[in-house]
Amino acid sequence: MQHKVIDVKDVVIRFAGDSGDGMQLTGTLFANTSAVYGNSLSTFPDYPAEIRAPKGTVAGVSGFQVHVGSQKVNTPGDYCDMLVAMNPAALKANAKWLKRTAMVLVNEDAFDDAGLQKAGFSGNPFEELRIEDRNIIVAPITKLTEDSLKDSGLDLPSIHRCKNMFTLGMACYIYNRPLDYIYDYLESRFRKRHPEMIEPNRKVLNDGFNYAANIQAIANTYTIEPDLRERGIFRNITGNQAIAWGFIAASEKSGLPLFCGSYPITPATAILEELSLHKNLNVKTMQTEDEIAGICCAIGASFAGNLAVTTTSGPGLSLKSEALGLAVMTELPLVVVDVQRAGPCTGMPTKTEQTDLNEALYGRNGESPLVVLSAHSPAHCFDAAFTAAKIALEHMTPVVLLSEGFLGNGSEPWKIPSMSDYPAIKPRLVTSDGSKFHPFERDPETLARNWAPVGTPGMEHRVGGLEKTHAGVLSTQPENHEMMVRERAEKVARVVADIPDLQIDGPETGEILLVGWGGTFGHILAAADTLRAEGKTVSRIHFDYICPLPKNTEKVFSGFRKILVCELNSGHFAGYLRTRFPQFNYLQCNKIQGQAFLVRDIVDAVNNIL
Amino acid sequence: MATKYTVKDFKSDQEVRWCPGCGDYSVLTALQRTLPKVCEEQGIDKEKVVVVSGIGCSSRLPYYMNTYGFHSIHGRAMAIATGIKVANPELSVWQVSGDGDALAIGGNHFIHAIRRNIDINLLLFNNRIYGMTKGQYSPTSKFGAVTVTSPYGTVENPFNPGTLVLGSKGTFFARSVDTELAVSEEIMLAASRHRGMAVMEFLTNCVIFNHGTHWEISGREVKADRTLVLRDGEKMIFGKDRNKGIALDGWKLKVVTIGENGVTEDDILTHDSHADNLGLQMMLADMKYPDFPVALGVIRDVSEATYEDGVRTQVEEVKAKARVHTVDELLHSGSTWELK
Repeated sequence: MQHKVIDVKDVVIRFAGDSGDGMQLTGTLFANTSAVYGNSLSTFPDYPAEIRAPKGTVAGVSGFQVHVGSQKVNTPGDYCDMLVAMNPAALKANAKWLKRTAMVLVNEDAFDDAGLQKAGFSGNPFEELRIEDRNIIVAPITKLTEDSLKDSGLDLPSIHRCKNMFTLGMACYIYNRPLDYIYDYLESRFRKRHPEMIEPNRKVLNDGFNYAANIQAIANTYTIEPDLRERGIFRNITGNQAIAWGFIAASEKSGLPLFCGSYPITPATAILEELSLHKNLNVKTMQTEDEIAGICCAIGASFAGNLAVTTTSGPGLSLKSEALGLAVMTELPLVVVDVQRAGPCTGMPTKTEQTDLNEALYGRNGESPLVVLSAHSPAHCFDAAFTAAKIALEHMTPVVLLSEGFLGNGSEPWKIPSMSDYPAIKPRLVTSDGSKFHPFERDPETLARNWAPVGTPGMEHRVGGLEKTHAGVLSTQPENHEMMVRERAEKVARVVADIPDLQIDGPETGEILLVGWGGTFGHILAAADTLRAEGKTVSRIHFDYICPLPKNTEKVFSGFRKILVCELNSGHFAGYLRTRFPQFNYLQCNKIQGQAFLVRDIVDAVNNIL
Repeated sequence: MATKYTVKDFKSDQEVRWCPGCGDYSVLTALQRTLPKVCEEQGIDKEKVVVVSGIGCSSRLPYYMNTYGFHSIHGRAMAIATGIKVANPELSVWQVSGDGDALAIGGNHFIHAIRRNIDINLLLFNNRIYGMTKGQYSPTSKFGAVTVTSPYGTVENPFNPGTLVLGSKGTFFARSVDTELAVSEEIMLAASRHRGMAVMEFLTNCVIFNHGTHWEISGREVKADRTLVLRDGEKMIFGKDRNKGIALDGWKLKVVTIGENGVTEDDILTHDSHADNLGLQMMLADMKYPDFPVALGVIRDVSEATYEDGVRTQVEEVKAKARVHTVDELLHSGSTWELK
């Protein structure tokens, strides 16, 4: 058979194996290699909550999906062109994601009786899963790795840990990826502590590459041309890392030290971990005794003049509710990041969802409005965190920034920006002019109060959770309370002046407008593209700013007969829009499975309406 | 150079609204009298002083102080004070909490602040009752206390704040009574000199819901016999006739009378708050009437590394070694690639 090299626009590859099989690393290296090659990409890790679930079981399968394209890719992809399954359980857990034409690479050595039994197969797994018609490549990866390293002097467990490199080598051959990036990675990863591991890993990688080149089963290989339209210096970034860096950038721009008080919680923990690495950049982090202490330490740091943030996920946001009310009442700048996960309660900690929107908007006692923002892609998390901090500092309000597990753990290449392109941040710091400081007197334009951190001479004052007058004197006077309630709400509403208008993707009027917020951005964008390719006319908008809403929201909505709100919950945003603009008819596209949308979900929803 | 302050400088223009006869007044007075001394002695400007409180009667105190103040939420004053101190270690941070605020809802923050040894001075007002919510039992109410939520008496043991602090290896614990203004001022000054978490327990009277709860030891007629004011280097002698003292009896303490059974002053223990060994201090903090006098004064005051110093030192060390100094450098650090 003649070997063919086929040029494709994009491919989706899913690496899956046992939690200990190193599939997250394999996927990451494949993704980074592709990024350096010049491809556009989007990744999503899908891993179990258990660190090491029972070996070989479906519960313990860890997956990493990467979508590589010669042009901009917007999602990690619905279905995959290639599945790497390191054991029967990985095959079972992921078979449903195979395209009709997909290639399946399995590690034959793991498909013994014991392995098949653990995964719950009784006969031929490919037949049981009805995927026997796919292009199945069966390779004895464990044995081949053992052969490759038989003279290396390594013990058997160490040799087995290298088998993911064999798989990676095969994948790189099939998709014509250069190996240089992986060589460099191995060098820097092992140079200091385990230099003896560099050569074996390199050898296994090469042997995997060559094995794939030699076997008959692989008839064709593929290329994905680099996207050469965008030039510049790039890096890969995850959403969690981008949020941490966005705060550090806001700290530098505002001239204020950054303080983060947090308690570890999946999937937000990596933000605290990342910030803890950068104490050289005026960052202080505290891993506190609980979620409440996290936000309270941050509020204290804010009272003392720091840019204060706290990071959490759903259940943690619930714990922080009362303290968030304190930040509303004391009108101190604060950013709370909620990396949403499937709830309620502990729910499904490693699975993504958008089900905390109502809590962010309404989850406090009393009249307690605050600013709610969302991030729409891993790289956008940087700008979202920067903006959240800027609004908090310039408007003297707590801000809730909603991210999602899908964004926090997902990554994409990011064209590195220059800080000179970012706006200044001007905190409302004041010093004494000799008169008595009235802490809750407001700027006539924004209604924001001034900020005199502890230590400012001549500005001694008291703040707290009780209602008070502009002068800061406690008051239960009925009219004063209503005035203060309305002023605090109006202050948040006036943030709208700093919010950019919605940009419509598509015609400004028409039959249907697709509406989204947060991490569904890529899927809705891809769905709109798919629908247009099918000859339909659709328009699309995406909300990064949720409270307040952009000022042209109503005008945009008025141009369409149907508005379809797509979100990973039962309809929080749709309900919110109904309260704001009840004159429009909102249709819903919802999914509550702990999974991102498939592009298909949205396309089908639109086709059902049109 | 710090300005010289007077008591007046620390009084706000707000009318104090505790019940007439409340024990909290005396602690407020002691604080307003002590702070001018603290500022002068330690070169602190008034704007560097901040008073943080939670919720409860005593937590109203920051409004009565003409300093920076934060009246926060129930149980969380410790965490807020911690954030303030870490953000700006130059500040002199004073916290006010009641027994409910510090030991019930705020118990977790309390023990962790002690564990970290962060430099905060905590004034713990212990009236053994929830006053603001009108008379429910607190975590320091005596076993069997009859209150509105325990009409048949409580069936749970109280915390002794002193043994809780020492059990968490706290570096400073002192105790006073609302009726002993001089002792209160004395321990506040000592707490301000101490670097690290300083817990001061004030046995206060709630005239409405727990009137006279501490009078069995603090009443004018009985206090000499039922309290012992500890001072470093001094013998643990007490009593109207200054003839009673605390001595060791094997592993335990006992009350002895000088001149009886051959006991002389030499047999009486000498107080050392700076001793690292917790054993004796723990026994002193645990002394209860009627078997023992209740210990007042500074029971433990030892020097250990503070949390905020650790934070600051680490930041300096990381900065000294760092190759990345700006966000632009951060964004370009690690693995990047260029598409030309």
